[in-house]
Amino acid sequence: MHELSITQNILDIALRHAEQAGASRINRINLTIGQLSSIVDDSVQFYWDLISEGTIAEGAKLTFKRIPTELLCLDCNQKYIPGVDELVCPNCGSTHIKIVAGLEFFLESIDVI
Amino acid sequence: MNRRIPVIEKILNANDQLAAQNRSQLDASGIFSLNIMASPGAGKTSLIECTIRALLGELRIAVIEGDIASTIDADRAAVAGATAIQINTGGECHLDAAMVSNALKQLDLGNIDLLIVENVGNLVCPSSFRLGTHQSLLIASIPEGDDKPYKYPGMYQGVDALVINKIDLLPYVPFRMDYFRQGVEVLNPGLVTFPLSCRTGEGLEKWIEWLKLQIIMV
Repeated sequence: MHELSITQNILDIALRHAEQAGASRINRINLTIGQLSSIVDDSVQFYWDLISEGTIAEGAKLTFKRIPTELLCLDCNQKYIPGVDELVCPNCGSTHIKIVAGLEFFLESIDVI
Repeated sequence: MNRRIPVIEKILNANDQLAAQNRSQLDASGIFSLNIMASPGAGKTSLIECTIRALLGELRIAVIEGDIASTIDADRAAVAGATAIQINTGGECHLDAAMVSNALKQLDLGNIDLLIVENVGNLVCPSSFRLGTHQSLLIASIPEGDDKPYKYPGMYQGVDALVINKIDLLPYVPFRMDYFRQGVEVLNPGLVTFPLSCRTGEGLEKWIEWLKLQIIMV
């Protein structure tokens, strides 16, 4: 349940950028979250509604662009999306792997007026 | 008029910056610091007790204990011979850089060689929040099961060392060490790993040896 502190950070970043841009209202927050980042969308939205109250971001919609985990086998160059209980390369069984996607965790943009 | 402002900012940027400040402060005092993470009951406090006892008289040790409530863990670390500070997170499931920064203010940093931070027992949230420690250690334990790297990849992916505790229970618990280690290897190639038992003392020596080496290298 670290969504409260996460949400607070999202709000802080969004308000700072909106102020810099001279915006009067934030309508939408666009987040990019890799699958390996453990964040529950509904919880973030729930906390958002509470903590954004009274700010120019009150009522803003949160969108979550989810990036699936993608691994690259460094032995046979196979790119793959791992299964739920398997991580080794499905092609050659290697554990010599690089994580190429899934660790993203950032605020991409905000829509403002 | 509706317009889109590009931001591209890491959500935990503020925490990361404070963590970097913590690190500078620790470096300036010549302290080696370790963030210990694990699920509840894996043996964080037990390993800390064993570590304090092994290094007592040799190094000055302080422990920052993070818990949702109570001072049980800080009391145990103090009994073992360390200076201990308890942080009660008041419901938060992890420590963050700000909490550690506040705890550092309560410590006499000039008189510490090793600072151990015991995070809140949890395999999810603590992995996202950098504290500024030099290294992070994950403790897995045999009764938790061999599927944990697959279920909590974020935690296994971000640590610098791994202890596998309670190996004395291997004969009694179905735990496929190969399967476990395969998952670990994919997420964190070459991760330095110490199978041990805090209860019997088996394997502790290697862990202490490694830790001493890290302290010397700071």
